[in-house]
Amino acid sequence: MTARATAAFFGLAVAALTLGSAALTAGHATDWSLGPADGAALRFTLWQAGLSALISCLLAIPLARALARRRFAGRALLIRLLAAPFLLPVVVAVLGLLAVFGRAGPVNAALTGLCLPPLSIFGLHGVVLAHVFLNLPLATRMILQSWQSIPAERFRLAEALGMPPGAQFRHLELPMLRGVLPGAMATVFLLCLTSFAVALTLGGGPRASTIELSIYQALRFEFDLGRAALLATMQFALCAAVTLATLRLTTGAVFGPGLGRGLEIPRPGGWRCGLDAVALGLACAFLLGPLIAITARGLPALTEMPPGVWPALARSVAVAIGSALLAATVGLCLALSVARGQTWLEVTAMLPLSASGLVIGTGLFLAVHPAIKPETLALPVTLAVNAAMALPYLFRLLLPETRTLLADYGRLSDSLGLSGLNRLRLVALPRLARPLGFGTGLAAALSMGDLGVIALFAGERTETLPLLIQHLMGAYRMEAAAGAALVLVAASLALFWAFDRWGAKHAAA
Amino acid sequence: MKTIPLSAAFACVASLAAAETPVLDVYTYDSFASEWGPGPAIEKGFEESCACDLRFVTAGDGASLLARLQLEGATSAADVVVGLDTNLNAQAAATGLFAAHGQPAVTGLPTPYADANFLPFDWGWFAFVHNKSLAFPPKSFEDLAASDLKIVIQDPRSSTPGLGLVMWVKAAYGDRAGEIWAGLKDNIVTVTPGWSEAYGLFLEGEADMVLSYTTSPAYHLIAESDDTKTAAAFDEGHYLQIEVAGKLAASDQPVLADAFLAYLTSEAAQSVIPTTNWMYPANPLAAGLPQGFETLIQPAKSLLLSQEEAGAMRDAAVAEWQAALAQ
Repeated sequence: MTARATAAFFGLAVAALTLGSAALTAGHATDWSLGPADGAALRFTLWQAGLSALISCLLAIPLARALARRRFAGRALLIRLLAAPFLLPVVVAVLGLLAVFGRAGPVNAALTGLCLPPLSIFGLHGVVLAHVFLNLPLATRMILQSWQSIPAERFRLAEALGMPPGAQFRHLELPMLRGVLPGAMATVFLLCLTSFAVALTLGGGPRASTIELSIYQALRFEFDLGRAALLATMQFALCAAVTLATLRLTTGAVFGPGLGRGLEIPRPGGWRCGLDAVALGLACAFLLGPLIAITARGLPALTEMPPGVWPALARSVAVAIGSALLAATVGLCLALSVARGQTWLEVTAMLPLSASGLVIGTGLFLAVHPAIKPETLALPVTLAVNAAMALPYLFRLLLPETRTLLADYGRLSDSLGLSGLNRLRLVALPRLARPLGFGTGLAAALSMGDLGVIALFAGERTETLPLLIQHLMGAYRMEAAAGAALVLVAASLALFWAFDRWGAKHAAA
Repeated sequence: MKTIPLSAAFACVASLAAAETPVLDVYTYDSFASEWGPGPAIEKGFEESCACDLRFVTAGDGASLLARLQLEGATSAADVVVGLDTNLNAQAAATGLFAAHGQPAVTGLPTPYADANFLPFDWGWFAFVHNKSLAFPPKSFEDLAASDLKIVIQDPRSSTPGLGLVMWVKAAYGDRAGEIWAGLKDNIVTVTPGWSEAYGLFLEGEADMVLSYTTSPAYHLIAESDDTKTAAAFDEGHYLQIEVAGKLAASDQPVLADAFLAYLTSEAAQSVIPTTNWMYPANPLAAGLPQGFETLIQPAKSLLLSQEEAGAMRDAAVAEWQAALAQ
């Protein structure tokens, strides 16, 4: 198969999994109408997702800049730790945030100490706070990735020319941000679009209803497949519109190839040093506080965990590695094709982001039942769906770098007659290793925390760790669940770090 | 592409091996079949006498269970379903998938209940659970609405206890339900998707009270030796959750299914229920309830809408809840 055909095959497979499952669900419907509150749910969904995306990305800019141009002890560790919130299972993240911002948390203790009224985390601001907590790390990494793709020679040249900070920003950083921000914002927006547990738990009531909740209600309580399919279609339409708009807004920043020698970006001193320190300090407090709380809750409970944690962990890790490798293969293939001009694949690659896990699960269920018992497919199906769900992130991370790669080295490779696997190995992989390693790690960690499809397919002996945590919580065992959650977080981070390290190690300079 | 034929092959081999002993497929919710639920003991007990293999297939909760049955329709592998509740019965009966259970009526319920298709196996009263240190626990919904106590509840659109609460207010106040919800609005800290999130928030200290069961304090007392939790007794009465089991009309093991339903309501299975499912057994136990249950509050009045009433007013009651809280 040629590269083009392979990419088209992967694109069709992703479309089948997302759109196809919605179509199958619709095919079993008897009635087609939306519920009375679905309009309000749509408005709230768009509003919270828009706010979350905007705030996450705006806050990510100073943080990414500080990380890009400062070198300090523990910087690499900090970058890795900062990725952690994104990888947390939602329930764990919410409990971590509550430990810090909740009624009994240190923030409110401090406010009370200062004779100020306590702060409630519940409401729209709570939802946005949680979404920023979960997505700021992703936005930061995407922007940081881009920052590092500006050849350091350009900054040095700007310094040598005596450009003031404002001019440097206009000529170097702004074009770079214009290239990366639309994609980053779209990714966070789409991610928050399908928010369910965060929006409901922290939203404070039915005002904070999202489309995903309506889908859950339609599928689980009313068995109204038509309504579920309509709502899922609405999410897909939003996803397609946002992705297409992003396409038009994104301008590829062209800095030309650098020497690839790994020079460092200059570190301006003075007030800009102070600014970076403040950005780093605040981000650490905000992102690491809840993580510390989760660790503090989980550590004493490690001894109370049931023995079933370990086989569940092994299953989760196996599925995570499998789905991460699958997602990386598909993502790389699609990114290369899109960069070469097969643009329809760009929309396809983003589809899973707005796919409802519930609808995919239901569609797949209808596809295999009654020919095969769903329980026997629990783990393979989870692997495939998790790979599809992680694809948009990988793709977003790879695409800008792939475009740069083609612009910078495409003609040289062509003139040298490099093609096929050799070109992949000698030119593409070394240039793309960093985002590829990061993205694959992300995919693995996301798969570890996933609780979507497995819940519908799981049978005996296919329990994954997130499912086990849910079972523990359902049986009053909140402490054992906190211990198991800590194990899950540690395993997710370890997997993520392993892949990310591989990427950093194999990156060309 | 390799996975599908391979797993199909596995499925074939598995079913060949199982052809020796008959298999009874029991669909139930997660926490029933989990290591900590009544499932393992009931499976062991039943398999000792049935010369069969009992297999649990699980879905998240009662509502997911019903959704799964509806997805599978008449081709479902299920022989028995354990874990629907009275608020879902009307919808379950309307599927036409269930057959008459043919078992004698259970005698341990606080209110008479008999249904041809659905056999109760345990029950509980919904209640607001709080710490004993709470100075003035409310005595009614109106009391609660007038107080500045903070509560966490579950969403009736995604959780069976959440739906039970909406039915409770409806059964107690009828047309005044909307007004009660409007009064409760400022007491509700948040609404969670399921029971465990709400209970977790309460244990973390985010609220004074949480919607759960009168039997929840028994878990803390018996399993954790923690006697700090209790439930508030409400004067208007407490709504009942009666959990039921049913036999599928399309079952390929009707005799085993009958035997299982008989076992489920027998002393052996019923005695497992209180300290695994943390609910009351549907038939009185010869040895009485486990020690610790005598400390629980005993509501003077039990509320329950008939399954026809519950089925007919569910959508309107949820809409009323939503309208009152969304303002």
